[in-house]
Amino acid sequence: MRHIISILIENEAGALSRVAGLFSARGYNIESLTVAPTEDPSLSRMTILTWGSDEVLEQITKQLNKLVDVVKVVDLSEAAHVERELMLIKVRATGKDREEMKRMADIFRGRIIDVTESTYVIELTGASSKLDSFIAALDAGLILETVRTGVCGIGRGDRILKV
Amino acid sequence: MISGAEIVIRCLQEEKVDYVFGYPGGSVLHIYDALFKQEDVKHILVRHEQAAVHAADAYSRSSQKVGVALVTSGPGVTNTVTGIATAYMDSIPMVVLCGQVPTQYIGQDAFQECDTVGITRPCVKHNFLVKDVKDLALTIKKAFHIASTGRPGPVVVDIPKDITAQVCEFDYPKSVQMRSYNPVVKGHLGQIKKAVQILQEAKRPIIYTGGGVILSDAAEKLTTLARKLNFPVTNTLMGLGGYPATDKQFVGMLGMHGTFEANNAMHFADVILAIGARFDDRVIGNPEHFGEEKRRVIHIDIDPSSISKRVKVDVPIVGNVNDVLDEILKLIDGGFTADSEVADWWKQIDEWRGRNSLAYRQSEHIMPQYVVEKLYEVTGGDAFVTSDVGQHQMFAAQYYKFDKPRRWINSGGLGTMGVGLPYGMGVLLANPGSQVACVTGEGSIQMCIQELSTCKQYELPIKIINLNNGMLGMVRQWQEMFYSKRYSQSYVTSLPDFVKLAESYGHVGMRIERPEDVEPALRKAFTEYKDRLVFMDFIIDPGANVFPMVAAGKGLTEMILAEDI
Repeated sequence: MRHIISILIENEAGALSRVAGLFSARGYNIESLTVAPTEDPSLSRMTILTWGSDEVLEQITKQLNKLVDVVKVVDLSEAAHVERELMLIKVRATGKDREEMKRMADIFRGRIIDVTESTYVIELTGASSKLDSFIAALDAGLILETVRTGVCGIGRGDRILKV
Repeated sequence: MISGAEIVIRCLQEEKVDYVFGYPGGSVLHIYDALFKQEDVKHILVRHEQAAVHAADAYSRSSQKVGVALVTSGPGVTNTVTGIATAYMDSIPMVVLCGQVPTQYIGQDAFQECDTVGITRPCVKHNFLVKDVKDLALTIKKAFHIASTGRPGPVVVDIPKDITAQVCEFDYPKSVQMRSYNPVVKGHLGQIKKAVQILQEAKRPIIYTGGGVILSDAAEKLTTLARKLNFPVTNTLMGLGGYPATDKQFVGMLGMHGTFEANNAMHFADVILAIGARFDDRVIGNPEHFGEEKRRVIHIDIDPSSISKRVKVDVPIVGNVNDVLDEILKLIDGGFTADSEVADWWKQIDEWRGRNSLAYRQSEHIMPQYVVEKLYEVTGGDAFVTSDVGQHQMFAAQYYKFDKPRRWINSGGLGTMGVGLPYGMGVLLANPGSQVACVTGEGSIQMCIQELSTCKQYELPIKIINLNNGMLGMVRQWQEMFYSKRYSQSYVTSLPDFVKLAESYGHVGMRIERPEDVEPALRKAFTEYKDRLVFMDFIIDPGANVFPMVAAGKGLTEMILAEDI
């Protein structure tokens, strides 16, 4: 099962490597990982997309909680939440493809944020599956470069992860 | 205003640390200078940093206090890694203070620089790099706090040399609050009530306890509880001494080399009360085989991640073993009636006991089991016994009947050869005047043999029981049983003359070759040479093996007994 783990962690040097080290040492999967300070600069919020059985997920959350720097751990995917990922994708945009690329970006509600004579950089935000669909919808030969942030997410309504 | 180095020493004084085990070097010279100017904190100069950490570890194991080691940067630190990992696997509270190159040199591949925090991260409970002298005292306070609370473990504090030279006000915090670290103590009362209910319904119960009982100083409460319940008790290797081994309710150690009765009772129990133990691979054997029996498991542990990790638990109780046992005792004080079928269960257990699974063959040579039995007799069962890792470790665990906690000092989790002698040093410093035996083999003892010199310097009268078969016994046993007797690299040649070796360090050496000389030699060592380190080189039967044995991948009840061979 796919899970999104959200972690509040002390914003200290080495905090990221403690989490990453835990995942590699215990053989857990990391599909994506994003991290940045929160509105309180002494705390970082980390979002990890992982896969595993219920037993493995139970261990992951317990082991994360055991790290001394970790303040809180939540499995976002346990309840209603929203998730987003940002992608920047550089595509070839020449000849008839130039018009087609613009149209595709519009359909997916992406924005073109850099333009040259032969390329576009398209910014696209959404659930990971939407980004996957966009990539699948393009002619693979026209994709020059992609960069994705990995998933971040937040609980819906009153579900709040805060100290 | 005092220097960082003085702050380090003042912190140790505040923590009432009486011994620091260490080895000086460039990055810690300021600290050693501050150490020199006071007398409260005594320093034990080892001969290799690995031994410093092992000794600090055993100091803690045998006394409940936090062990402290002090080493220099680079190789000083890398030499401690085995010791830190050993303590981590057995949850031993320890603080390791490491020198580091000056802050401005970090990352420059400076002389004797290594990434201490990076190298030790996977084998510590937590580690710190001190970046400001103003943070030093608080960091050390946190280190002691983290090491000794919750599930204990080693904490490393990496201190750059420039920090030890800078000055600031010294203010040692009385307590420390960390929003990210608040270990649970009390168990959930609802869960505890549920557990008591299940214990009342149990027809084939067993109490299975591990190192957690020792670490939380709950041996006495465990004994009271077990007697009230009249349930059989088994201990893991780390749990020995948590329940008196000479008590009739004790069925022995369980696991790979557990007794026939302990392993069968564990496997066929309908209720397991697991206390401070973690169902590890050496304890339950093949988990699928173990899972074939229907049973209910109650698990008390301070570490939630130990619960339902390898065996599904029905009633998890997260909390300090000592506190949780208190609650259980309160609940059953009103009266506890065990199920009437428990009497039949005891009959079954006595039948298993009748197999006498620890019986061993006699030989014209000295049998290692016999040496441990005699050691038990000669020391009145009251010695601290340290061991290394291998056959001798299992013989010591099986044949020395530990009635008290913190008497059996060994590396259970990591299985580190070489710990025995430095463990003896730590034990003796924490318990001066006690009888300390180091049961070892000619393989293990050579891994930290240099500490014979430290023992001379500080007059530490350890009795080394070297069970010498000229073989890496446990490796040889596996090769004999599972590799068609291809003894690849398990024969130790070119052994030193241990008697002369001991004498050259200024100790007493003895070689014992005949069974009838075993007891007199031990008596002599513990009486006439009471105040000397005695190296007893017992030349033992090279064919002796450890039984019962659950082979790797086999189920707990699929034991090979000595009588099968």
